[in-house]
Amino acid sequence: MNGFFDIPSDLQHSWLGLIGLHLREALIPVLAGLVLALPIGQLCVRLRWLYPPVLWVTTVLYAVPSLAFFVVLIDYTGQSETTVMIPLAVYSLVVLVPAIVDGVRSVPQETLAAATAMGFGPVRRYLQVQLPIAVPALIAGLRIATVSSISLVSVGTLIGNQGALGNLLADAMFYHRTALAVNSVVTTAVLAIVIDALLVLLRKVLTPWAPPSSGGTRTARRGGRRRLPGRPAQEQTVRPEPAAPAVQGAAPVKDTAR
Amino acid sequence: MNVLNFINDFFSDSAHWHGYDGIPHRLLEHVQYSLIALAIAAAIGLPVGLITGHTGRGGTALALIATAARALPSFGLLVLMFVLLGLGLLPVMIPLVVLAVPPILVTTYEAVRTVEPAPVDAARGMGMTEPRILFQVELPVALPLIFSGLRSAAIQIVSTATIAAYVSLGGLGRYIVDGLYQRNYEKVVGGATLVAVLALVTLGLFWAAARAAVSPGVRRS
Repeated sequence: MNGFFDIPSDLQHSWLGLIGLHLREALIPVLAGLVLALPIGQLCVRLRWLYPPVLWVTTVLYAVPSLAFFVVLIDYTGQSETTVMIPLAVYSLVVLVPAIVDGVRSVPQETLAAATAMGFGPVRRYLQVQLPIAVPALIAGLRIATVSSISLVSVGTLIGNQGALGNLLADAMFYHRTALAVNSVVTTAVLAIVIDALLVLLRKVLTPWAPPSSGGTRTARRGGRRRLPGRPAQEQTVRPEPAAPAVQGAAPVKDTAR
Repeated sequence: MNVLNFINDFFSDSAHWHGYDGIPHRLLEHVQYSLIALAIAAAIGLPVGLITGHTGRGGTALALIATAARALPSFGLLVLMFVLLGLGLLPVMIPLVVLAVPPILVTTYEAVRTVEPAPVDAARGMGMTEPRILFQVELPVALPLIFSGLRSAAIQIVSTATIAAYVSLGGLGRYIVDGLYQRNYEKVVGGATLVAVLALVTLGLFWAAARAAVSPGVRRS
């Protein structure tokens, strides 16, 4: 391990400095994606016809490889951190919009009706009823977005010195120091796992009413091959539900148009 | 439009259409890498996902493995494997497979596990053996979700296979990396377009395959 944390001087950063840089480049885009995804998601929930096209556009954007995205953006934003951050924000948008839409749609109609009956206005209903119930789905999306964002920052190495921990990889190749590559991969992976764990913690703090083993570990309860129809897990019921109301909701609209 | 001009220039240049560095050859390489990686990932992810989904056991371990695998940076893994193993197909395959296994594994598991219990119980009551229940009852119902997992894995592979060019292998990433070093944006944009189109074609193929393979009774929307 001797010299494991010695970073080549051409990076002009310490190991911790690189981690800080990496986190900044990875997390700001996710935050930007979240800020963008919340209104887009709400819009998609309100206007049902908007969701499929939005999904299509985001899927197409997702298909563009990060490397290509970075390089094409150089023409506009130069070899800067912004160039790395824009694609990452777009990718997190792709994950977050469906997560938010699914989460908000999973709020039972009765709950909304109850909130309305209690005199909640639309804003209050959104902030105090819909959003908290959507938190598990939202955090599930955030986890995927953050982890992939953290691992994609390294690709920024290719467009100059913008890859934070990924820059170690370039140096590992130039100087043929395997330890640097190991350092980069291990640090990035640990970073991703730690952030992931923090998000799980955040979900537990934000949804104190949820059973202790919801989310990733909820499957543990379902031992044996008997499936218990009585207690479906949260996300499980979320999935099929949006499809059904969407179809039902679409039919009357068509009828009135005729 | 700047980008559109680049695309036009790239594709109308006949020098890009033949030879070792020609579009058909690079495209073939890219497809080859992607298919091999997807096949390996499916060979790992599908059986494990089906079995754990059927028995309902090992979900926690699966989630942990998937999280850990997702946390591994594919680009970093690629360079690390390249430094360790040298030039070859193996250093490219490892990160791509690591990238593709989690989505396949997790969606397959979820798909089989969330099949409605009533038909499964009915099948069991009829005296079907466990493998037959898995393949004749659960698998057909779970197929749409399984396909969506394979699809997202395939798209990620196709778009990530570009980084293979960074460790001096072929594929469509060649255009992007070479173009970057030569300051030839026409090439970069052309390569990016090709990869994006290939990813979209993959999307279409999976849509068609799902359409053909999923029985109409369990089709969603």
